Amino acid sequence: MIPAKFEYKRASSVSEAISMLGEHGMDAKLVSGGHSLVPAMKLRMSRPEVLIDIKRIPGLDIITEEGNEIVIGANCTHTQVMRSELVQKDVNIVYQAVSRIGDIQIRNRGTIGGSLAHADPSSDYPAVVLACDAKIEVEGGNGKRSIDAKDFFLGIFTTALEEDEIITAVRFPKVANGTYFKFYQSASRFAVVGVAAVKEGDHVKVGVTGVAGTPYRATAVENAYSGNGDAAEHAVDGIDDIMSDHFADEEYRAHLAKVMVRKALEAVN
Amino acid sequence: MQISMTINGKEYSHDVEPRISLAQYLRENLDLTGTHIGCDTSGCGACTVHVDGAAAKACTLLAVQVDGSEITTIEGMANGKEMHPIQEAFKENHGLQCGFCTPGMVMTAADILKNNPNASEEEIRHGLEGNFCRCTGYHNIVKSIQHAAEKMNA
Amino acid sequence: METFIGQPVKRREDDRFLKGAGKYTDDIKLPGMTHSAFVRSPYAHARILSIDTSKAKTAEGVVAIYTAEDGCGAFGVPCGWQVDFKNGETMREPQHPLLAKDKIRHVGEAVAIVIAETQELARDAAELVQVSYEGLPAVTCPKKAMEPGAPKVHDEWEDNASFDWCIGNDRAAVEAALEKAHHVTEMTYKNHRVAPNAIEPRSYIADYDVNGDKWTLYTSTQNPHLIRLLLCAFALGIPEHKVRVVSYDVGGGFGSKIYHYTEEALLTWASKEIGRPVKWTSDRTEAFLTDAHGRDHIVHSKMGFDKDGKIVAHLTDEYCAMGAYLSTFAPAVPTYLHGTLFQGVYTTPLIHLNVVAPFTHTVAVDAYRGAGRPEATYLLERIMSKAAKEMAIDPAELRFKNFIPPFDGVKEPGYQTQVALQYDSGNYEAVLKRGLEMLGYEDFRMDQAEARKNGKLLGVGISTYIEGCGIAPSAVVGALGARAGLYEVGHVRVQPTGKVSVFTGAHSHGQGHETVFAQFVADKLGISMDDVDIVHGDTDQVAFGMGTYGSRSLSVGGSAIIKSIDKILEKGAKIAAHKLEAAEEDLEYAEGKWKVKGTDKSISFGDVSLTAYVPHDYPEGLEPGLDFSSFYDPTNFTYPFGTHIAVVEVCADTGKVTLQRFVACDDVGNVMNPMIVDGQIHGGVVQGVGQALLEEVVFDGEGQMATGSYMDYAMPRADDVPMIETDRTTTPCPHNPLGVKGAGEAGAIGSTPAVVNAVVDALSHLGVTDIQMPVTPQRVWKAMQSKK
Repeated sequence: MIPAKFEYKRASSVSEAISMLGEHGMDAKLVSGGHSLVPAMKLRMSRPEVLIDIKRIPGLDIITEEGNEIVIGANCTHTQVMRSELVQKDVNIVYQAVSRIGDIQIRNRGTIGGSLAHADPSSDYPAVVLACDAKIEVEGGNGKRSIDAKDFFLGIFTTALEEDEIITAVRFPKVANGTYFKFYQSASRFAVVGVAAVKEGDHVKVGVTGVAGTPYRATAVENAYSGNGDAAEHAVDGIDDIMSDHFADEEYRAHLAKVMVRKALEAVN
Repeated sequence: MQISMTINGKEYSHDVEPRISLAQYLRENLDLTGTHIGCDTSGCGACTVHVDGAAAKACTLLAVQVDGSEITTIEGMANGKEMHPIQEAFKENHGLQCGFCTPGMVMTAADILKNNPNASEEEIRHGLEGNFCRCTGYHNIVKSIQHAAEKMNA
Repeated sequence: METFIGQPVKRREDDRFLKGAGKYTDDIKLPGMTHSAFVRSPYAHARILSIDTSKAKTAEGVVAIYTAEDGCGAFGVPCGWQVDFKNGETMREPQHPLLAKDKIRHVGEAVAIVIAETQELARDAAELVQVSYEGLPAVTCPKKAMEPGAPKVHDEWEDNASFDWCIGNDRAAVEAALEKAHHVTEMTYKNHRVAPNAIEPRSYIADYDVNGDKWTLYTSTQNPHLIRLLLCAFALGIPEHKVRVVSYDVGGGFGSKIYHYTEEALLTWASKEIGRPVKWTSDRTEAFLTDAHGRDHIVHSKMGFDKDGKIVAHLTDEYCAMGAYLSTFAPAVPTYLHGTLFQGVYTTPLIHLNVVAPFTHTVAVDAYRGAGRPEATYLLERIMSKAAKEMAIDPAELRFKNFIPPFDGVKEPGYQTQVALQYDSGNYEAVLKRGLEMLGYEDFRMDQAEARKNGKLLGVGISTYIEGCGIAPSAVVGALGARAGLYEVGHVRVQPTGKVSVFTGAHSHGQGHETVFAQFVADKLGISMDDVDIVHGDTDQVAFGMGTYGSRSLSVGGSAIIKSIDKILEKGAKIAAHKLEAAEEDLEYAEGKWKVKGTDKSISFGDVSLTAYVPHDYPEGLEPGLDFSSFYDPTNFTYPFGTHIAVVEVCADTGKVTLQRFVACDDVGNVMNPMIVDGQIHGGVVQGVGQALLEEVVFDGEGQMATGSYMDYAMPRADDVPMIETDRTTTPCPHNPLGVKGAGEAGAIGSTPAVVNAVVDALSHLGVTDIQMPVTPQRVWKAMQSKK
């Protein structure tokens, strides 16, 4: 399997990447780890004319503590995030999720920025960024902006990123009490249901991936939450695009969502 | 595009099309055919090599992406005639049958043990998540890695 | 002196594999080699309206493009087995063209081949071939394929049946016995379709040598000679002596690399057309779409019991998919490799099986590890456990009540079944006893009861299987429709220095022949294993052969080698007698020497070998040389058997099944290398577990495969399974010289029903009596829900 022909460009800075995007528009794709994009290109389902490699841009592969936040550079691999002591200590929920992405080899190459930009509705990160109220830092032709996680995912493989925008970092508020539960699809090991729960005081924030075409905050659960797992019954309230395949039809997927939300709620108590 | 890499300790430089994967580059340009292609989309792990010391699926990396890297393939695991302890353990424990997934298994095993020298059976099995074997039922692969760990830790 | 039979000798082939130095077909590069890509149909059923290759032909690097119009392959790839209708009508056998001509009959069927200078350019150009189709309704389910009005796969016949066949006792007698039975257990289910998934995709290189007018075909096959025969005599009609088929290292087969595929023939044809070597290596999606699949039976079965739990009759009706065309062994799989095992290990007095085998708009179904026997075992072992539950008898107890008593095939004759076969030897009680002991069955039942009180769902499943291996006596299979003999060839060439080259028609694609065959050859000749080399996989080196499948390599291929060794020792004795100036009958052969009995006079194997090639002082009238080739045609099949027991835990919330333990006590006859036998069992078991829990080929209503990649087709992984606990009993095969029965398929045959029985057992107190395979979390959860 071999991708269709394309031109390969390497960006040495964020601004260079942005100007390359500006130049090539829809014909271009950014690549960092490439573990979602390259297989799609080999199957010729994705056929960019220009591939812009942002992996070597300096400064995008570091994890820092900024006040009450942990900032993870877009080019950080899943392995790097998983092994970060800052992440393990201050946003352990991210560690929990990342250590369940793919396999060793995939974690060694795949990146947080790439995963979020690809927006696979069954990937693990969306649930976590949603539950943490993380901010996606992006830069584009119109400068820098910060997108709230809840505004970032617009649909299957669709995000709020503009054509010339690039994710530079993800900013997580520190989380003292958070958990990630995943029920994986047995072939791909992507999430059939992935649930992230963060507890703050008496309140809980719940992010759900895998269930709907768009990852979502389970606000019905959050509103009904009263300190135990019972609010899990509301896991799919108001969700009208529950996905269905031969591993999990709508009924079973909705059931699993409730089971996983319950586990998560019970775990953060 | 001109790329250069250190592969199994030797420097190489080639002009390649950007769409050529690292696995293809190793197999076609360098005749390092020990890196196998089983699914070509990062599912089966037969193509696993080390890129800058970490296991990666060479079918899903474009050669241009890893320009300048240090690559170790299965051909670079043995020290001359002396096999790596993991290779030896696979032979001792019948950790292979048809041999097709074996290079990937050995390379992944090396990554597992590098980062977790005392990996438990469960951790080894979990670590092999990205590598399919259709012959062994994994039993003797897990045993091989356990035995390799013992030898390497001794 | 060191002996090797029965020892866990480490494999000599491992060094090259472990160093990345294996030689698989895709590793081979030939000077001037071209690459190819196929244009394949996205439709399951369609009329081809037009094919336009003009744009593609002018694309960069294109050497040639061929479609069916170009006259490739006069006859198409043949089927090797004929199973006729029970009413006498001949099997309906469509032509299987190398490239589709007017009609498409499954997704992935090739329409054109594009040959170019590189793989990349071949694929680029293949995208430029424009094919216009008229999509037609498709049928993928074998039962629906037989409904009135179902879309027809081949227009020339009145319905989709390839044949309608039966075996066993008179149907009316079986039905009458069921009527009168004290208890009847009934089951309806699908033994679903699975994809073989050898990790090495199929790969071929055809190389036509213009000057020598000879072809070399490098192919990832399990049986190079069979491929040559089918290719030359049927697909292309080219002279067999001008074709060399080479199959070096092959990365797993599991049946899928037995068959002669269209691509093999097409590349061979095209290589002559362009006068250059052509290579094609399947990608994984193509593998899912075009490698022959396994199973796909729709089953309805009834088993009757008397008041003591003894089986009185068994009646089954099946619809077994053939796919769009008949693959090499396809008709044999649901018939003679399946129905003949319906006796199982039980004394069932009346058996009747009817099989309707329809064409479907899918890739072909053919033998997949176990081939017909796993399907028979699944049926018998599921229905036995279901019956046990219904009659409130312990499932182990019900089996003990019904076992055929032990027989060794020497003192007692073999066991004549109701379904054509005579079992060679068996002791079925012993393997079940040992299996239960390994598990700690009674303790488990107590743990299970305790666990249930705490809401934990534990289950145990038993399966006691038998299989027919060592395929096969030629006259028998000939009578059953095989179009080939199933003997094997073993050629032993003693070199002048006493070193031995063995050429076998069997083929190793993971089984370790290079080691195991050398073990018994060294022992029989009393020489070192280092002095024995095993050569396989090259028709120019090996005289002939039928290849490796049906757990036949040792029992048939090994026996052929033994025959040649016997001839060598017989001739060697003549030479030894001459040199020792003794009578032949006064000699004995041991530890690599002929000795004059009762004296210290002897001559070594090496000296006799040298004398055979330097025949200066030599028996009068004896030919020089020490080189014999033999054909061995077995007198019977072999019948390995065993007990597999699975323990599972089911998650009450999600339905997810965790396989906690797997116990296998197998009897494969005598064992040459226990390390390798255990390895075969482990691998087979996990393949069977894969079918039980994970794997399934799914088609949608249009005949599109929803599981064409590892993103959707669930393969068993290391963390899906536990360590496999193995043990053995040994009941030698009475009719082959090594006493071996075969171990390659056993694991895959016994394990699947054990796992499903365990899952049903875990849920039995909730009222669940059956769950369709694979028992995915969703299916388990729905089964639990349905009982709420």
